[in-house]
Amino acid sequence: MLHLIGRRLLFLVAVLLGISLLTFIFAHVMPTDPARLLAGPHATPAQYQAIRHHYGLDQPVLKQYLLYLEGLAHGDLGSSGLSQRAVTDDLIAYLPATIELSFTALLIAILVGLALGIVAAFRRNSWVDSLVSVLALSGLAMPAFWLGLLAQLLFYYILNWFPSGGRLTLGMLPPPHHTGLFTIDSILAGRLDLLGNALWHLTLPSVVLASGSIGVIARMVRGSLIEAMGQDYVRTARAKGLSRFQVVMRHALRNSLLPTITVVGLQCGYLLSGAILVETVFTWPGIGLYATQSILAADYPPIVGVTLTIALIYVLVNTVVDLTYSATDPRVRYS
Amino acid sequence: MHETLAEELSSGANPIVPDSEADETASRRSRWRLMQHIVLRSPSRSAGAALALLALLIGLLGVWLAPDSPILADYTAILGAPSRAHLFGTDNIGRDVFSRVLNGAHISLEVAFVVVLVGAGIGTIIGLVAGYAGGLVDEILMRLTDIFLAFPALVVALAMASALGASITNVALSLMVVWWPYYARLIRGQVLGLREREYVEAARAVGAGHARVMLRHILPNSLTPLIVQMSLDVGFAILAVSSLSFIGLGAQPPTPEWGVMIADAQSYVRSAWWVATFPGLAITLTVIGFNLMADLLQDALDPRLRA
Repeated sequence: MLHLIGRRLLFLVAVLLGISLLTFIFAHVMPTDPARLLAGPHATPAQYQAIRHHYGLDQPVLKQYLLYLEGLAHGDLGSSGLSQRAVTDDLIAYLPATIELSFTALLIAILVGLALGIVAAFRRNSWVDSLVSVLALSGLAMPAFWLGLLAQLLFYYILNWFPSGGRLTLGMLPPPHHTGLFTIDSILAGRLDLLGNALWHLTLPSVVLASGSIGVIARMVRGSLIEAMGQDYVRTARAKGLSRFQVVMRHALRNSLLPTITVVGLQCGYLLSGAILVETVFTWPGIGLYATQSILAADYPPIVGVTLTIALIYVLVNTVVDLTYSATDPRVRYS
Repeated sequence: MHETLAEELSSGANPIVPDSEADETASRRSRWRLMQHIVLRSPSRSAGAALALLALLIGLLGVWLAPDSPILADYTAILGAPSRAHLFGTDNIGRDVFSRVLNGAHISLEVAFVVVLVGAGIGTIIGLVAGYAGGLVDEILMRLTDIFLAFPALVVALAMASALGASITNVALSLMVVWWPYYARLIRGQVLGLREREYVEAARAVGAGHARVMLRHILPNSLTPLIVQMSLDVGFAILAVSSLSFIGLGAQPPTPEWGVMIADAQSYVRSAWWVATFPGLAITLTVIGFNLMADLLQDALDPRLRA
């Protein structure tokens, strides 16, 4: 087990180095000169050279990469031309909104996916099963930004049930900052009105974001449940008189959860990338909206910052999932 | 021994080769029956495959089928609702949405096919070499693949595309860079299973070179999962391309790309639902089509189902 953890951590480092190298290469093939951008149009050649020197742009490429790594290790991601702040500060300010959105979406995806998967496995080849596969497939096939736009059209413009975007109604002050998650912070502050308002704003974007993952999780649960239900131990449990429901809940479901956990881990990457699109549609002030606004302004450091942040979260989550998987599966644990 | 070896080699990788005309008609008839069987067994998949074929056809011919120009503005017909003259309505400068959707099919499918073909090509070469060579080469190539698989692909593509500058070519390039790792792993797995087969050993025994063994004997037998995955991926590539275009990285207005059309329509969706709705519907139906086509191909190419 220790050997396994060591290997995973080594791999984690390799992945992070890989992604830092990629973003570094991307930054170097950029058609725009970052020093020229920072210096502005009215800079003298001397000022331009000073900026090149200050950011190490006059150094050899390898040296530049090492400087870049050193900066990363200190949490220095450069500064944003758009916000005129350090990218790290921007990320810290915007990340909680993204976490709140993605986590809520993940929760919805797991709950609904699990329920649909179990029902589909129980009523195999019935109309419910077909409905679940249709839902799963359309959830996967619909672009999240389009679904978000349609949801806005229906639930905001036509029905006026939900707000069109943002985290709180304009003019409302956010709860005192503890976690940055408005739902948790309003509970901590004892402000139920704020909690309600935050949840009301959270509903549409998180459901839209979850739509793609619901199907994937439902399919996985259905498949592994059906497989588990064909196993001998299920027959034994049935033979000793347990009801079908009990067998599924106590025996089959537990064993089919392992592959589902892996899928959930992989969905984190999907949700975080999807958040970029959904945040743009719902003007949700997270790192996704930050990234798209920086793209439109051709402001590169924030884009690298967002890429690295999402990659870091994604890789960490999957490492934890992998290790949990290994720790719970005796076949892996004792090998 | 020599005879069986020669026989095996003459028939190549595919042992079922009809050698007389009668056999050929029989095989054609059985193939037809197989098709019938598959269509009857899974009508939804067949309908999906038909959808994918329709999308392909529109991608090829849409440019000529479009009744109006996808680019030219018509200020006499701004934001017109769907009607007989304009099936999908008109947008904020009076362009026919139907014509733009038809033209968009060409762009989306072309880019998706190029991305998937190149991604699958790179992945196949890496997977073949890794699986066939084994040892240190395998170790290095597969660790590299693992690292790429661990990246959130769309976000890395986004970073690369925004560094290169917004254009549909750069989006295609960036997606290719992240699209190959899955294929490398898939093909390597296939190669490991096939490497020790007798017909591969036989080919090697009669002096076939490495390249010949890989390309003529191992690759043809790995085609089924490869083709199924590629069909699935065409759909996902369309989604990825339109997503990157939506946030401003891919095709630029006035190009009738589906993602760009939705981004354009965002600001006036309230007064004209049709401008955003139809391109999105086109994306969704195309992706569903290629997904179901992959399922159908899986069934059709699985020899166990032919028995």
